[in-house]
Amino acid sequence: MPDHDRASSQAPGRSSCRSCWLAAPGLLWMGLFFLAPLGLVFAISFASRGTYGGIVWEFTAANYLDLLHPLYGKILGQSLWYASLTTAICFVLGFPLAYVIARSPARWQPVLLLLVMLPFWTNFLVRTYAWMILLRQDGLANRFLMGLGVVDAPLELLYTPTAVVIGLVYSYLPFMVLPLYVAVERLDPLLVEAAWDLYASRWSVFTRVVVPLTMPGIVGGCVLVFIPSIGAFITPDLLGGARSMMIGNLIQHEYLVVRDWPLGSAVSFVLMAIVMAAVVLYYRHADRTAEALEGR
Amino acid sequence: MATSSTPPFLASDQSLSPTPSTIDVRGIVRRHGAVLAVDQVSFQVRRGEFFSLLGPSGAGKTSVLRMLAGFEDPDEGDLLIDGRSMLGVPPNRRPVNLVFQSYALFPHLTVFDNVAFGLKMRRVASTLIEAQVRQALTMVKLFGKEARRPAQLSGGEQQRVALARALVNKPAVVLLDEPLAALDQQLRQAMQVELKSIQQQAGLTCVCVTHHQEEAMMMSDRIAVMHQGRMWQVGSPREVYERPCNLFVSRFLGVSNELPGRIGAPIGEDRLFQPIDADQPPLTVRTLTSEQAGRPATLSLRPEQLRMARERPATSGPVLSGRIEKVLFAGSDTKYLVRVGPERVWETRMTSDASLPSFAAGDPVFLHWSLPDGRLFFE
Repeated sequence: MPDHDRASSQAPGRSSCRSCWLAAPGLLWMGLFFLAPLGLVFAISFASRGTYGGIVWEFTAANYLDLLHPLYGKILGQSLWYASLTTAICFVLGFPLAYVIARSPARWQPVLLLLVMLPFWTNFLVRTYAWMILLRQDGLANRFLMGLGVVDAPLELLYTPTAVVIGLVYSYLPFMVLPLYVAVERLDPLLVEAAWDLYASRWSVFTRVVVPLTMPGIVGGCVLVFIPSIGAFITPDLLGGARSMMIGNLIQHEYLVVRDWPLGSAVSFVLMAIVMAAVVLYYRHADRTAEALEGR
Repeated sequence: MATSSTPPFLASDQSLSPTPSTIDVRGIVRRHGAVLAVDQVSFQVRRGEFFSLLGPSGAGKTSVLRMLAGFEDPDEGDLLIDGRSMLGVPPNRRPVNLVFQSYALFPHLTVFDNVAFGLKMRRVASTLIEAQVRQALTMVKLFGKEARRPAQLSGGEQQRVALARALVNKPAVVLLDEPLAALDQQLRQAMQVELKSIQQQAGLTCVCVTHHQEEAMMMSDRIAVMHQGRMWQVGSPREVYERPCNLFVSRFLGVSNELPGRIGAPIGEDRLFQPIDADQPPLTVRTLTSEQAGRPATLSLRPEQLRMARERPATSGPVLSGRIEKVLFAGSDTKYLVRVGPERVWETRMTSDASLPSFAAGDPVFLHWSLPDGRLFFE
């Protein structure tokens, strides 16, 4: 994929750049409002905090070293854990869903995909508040569980890590389903039959044939869920309470509550590094898969 | 030498099974919605036999193959492999392997791993796998290409991998779904010979689905002709070609030069036959049954059974006059289309031999044949 893109954009670009000016407004916008602030934040992450919360322009790596403190380590670890758990649950829920959609009659597929996307048309904040109502002490979830006799006393759901992961899974499941759908849709059903015919059990068919051949979709879906999950900020804030702080909340806390902008900037860059690592992993994998399938 | 069109339930040759059959299909029915894809089909395949299901697309032959493989279950009837009923047995528990028309090779695995797949799934020891995969690859002449991926192979090589992937498991039956359809003509002909010799060498029992009548005749020990979900005739290639049970089988297995008419008066042991075309004189035909005079029938002849002459031949046998309409040179053979009636053109072939008399378009000619060759089909 990336190779192909590079090739097709390079050929006309090399001969002339007459249409380059078309990119100018976009580039200007990105430069002014993305690159410049990013540089600024990067610079601030190496400055230190003034006594009353200002920025003192003295170069120091102390902010990054501070992040090694167990307290921050815990928040970082917690974020990685929540994001990984969210990704795993999304995969387990999303794969069968994507498989069924991709194998359903062609005329139903757009409708089913639309249904997957439908929650996105509602305001994110409204959806998160809805989960607060569902998960609170006398909420629908508890009343349902008690009605069935599964539990005697209401569970403590809201303001727990469980609530955060539920909220994250709910929000980002479509990001898992869509790339998986594309990958499964491209998978030749005859390969599944061939494996089945060659004595593979259903599980072996899945692990030996379906998973390797839909790997680009799996990695893509996982990256798309993992990245927004690890940076999540509203969901843990509203559903998680103080105990389930994530990196996003830490950044907000440092900027707005503690007013330690340099530390907040350092945290932002650590988050960005994690996200970048995930993206690099994804492209590496996509390249390798393409190579393998094309037999290069 | 005449047969009326036999009902399909009598067409299978259940009497001919001295050895226990590897496959025993008993009256299977398969419905796709309201359509009867397979209608009361029964047949047996003997050990080591190459058995072809031949028919046009939509004949139900692929459905039969998929039921043998286990991807579909019959709605009625039973299906036995090595004496065991296969109803409800999933594909991975059946002693059969399918060679797919599109090969369905695993693109993420090397040639070696593709061929080893079935053995690995059955948890064969890895030392044995190594030896058996090499043996199978040697058999299909792909030794030395173990490390390639399917995308790096030519169509013919992919076909061989697909074959090796099936036969390495030593299944009771190898199922072939249009095995050579994706190859170009020359490769196809070479592979026909090779596939047949591999089958004989390894003693494989094969059930092959094809719509290619020539291929079926060259490779098969027996052919089952299918049409509209039914099995019309089962027999050796020569049987079904020379003694087709009805006009459909006759037309499907080759060129059938036809002449509709009515049975006439007896002449000795033979009968007169009055063609429907008014300008043709009566012919003699041979019919075993004491057919009623006036019964409508269709006379059919294969192109190679016809002989062509400029002068009316001095024979007591049947002769038909006509005019050459087209001469089609096809290398070793030359095809002649001869108009024998206002709406009737027959085809005959002659070796393209310069020493033989040559005919040109427009020439008036006489077609004649030996009396027993003319086959009669009754409505």
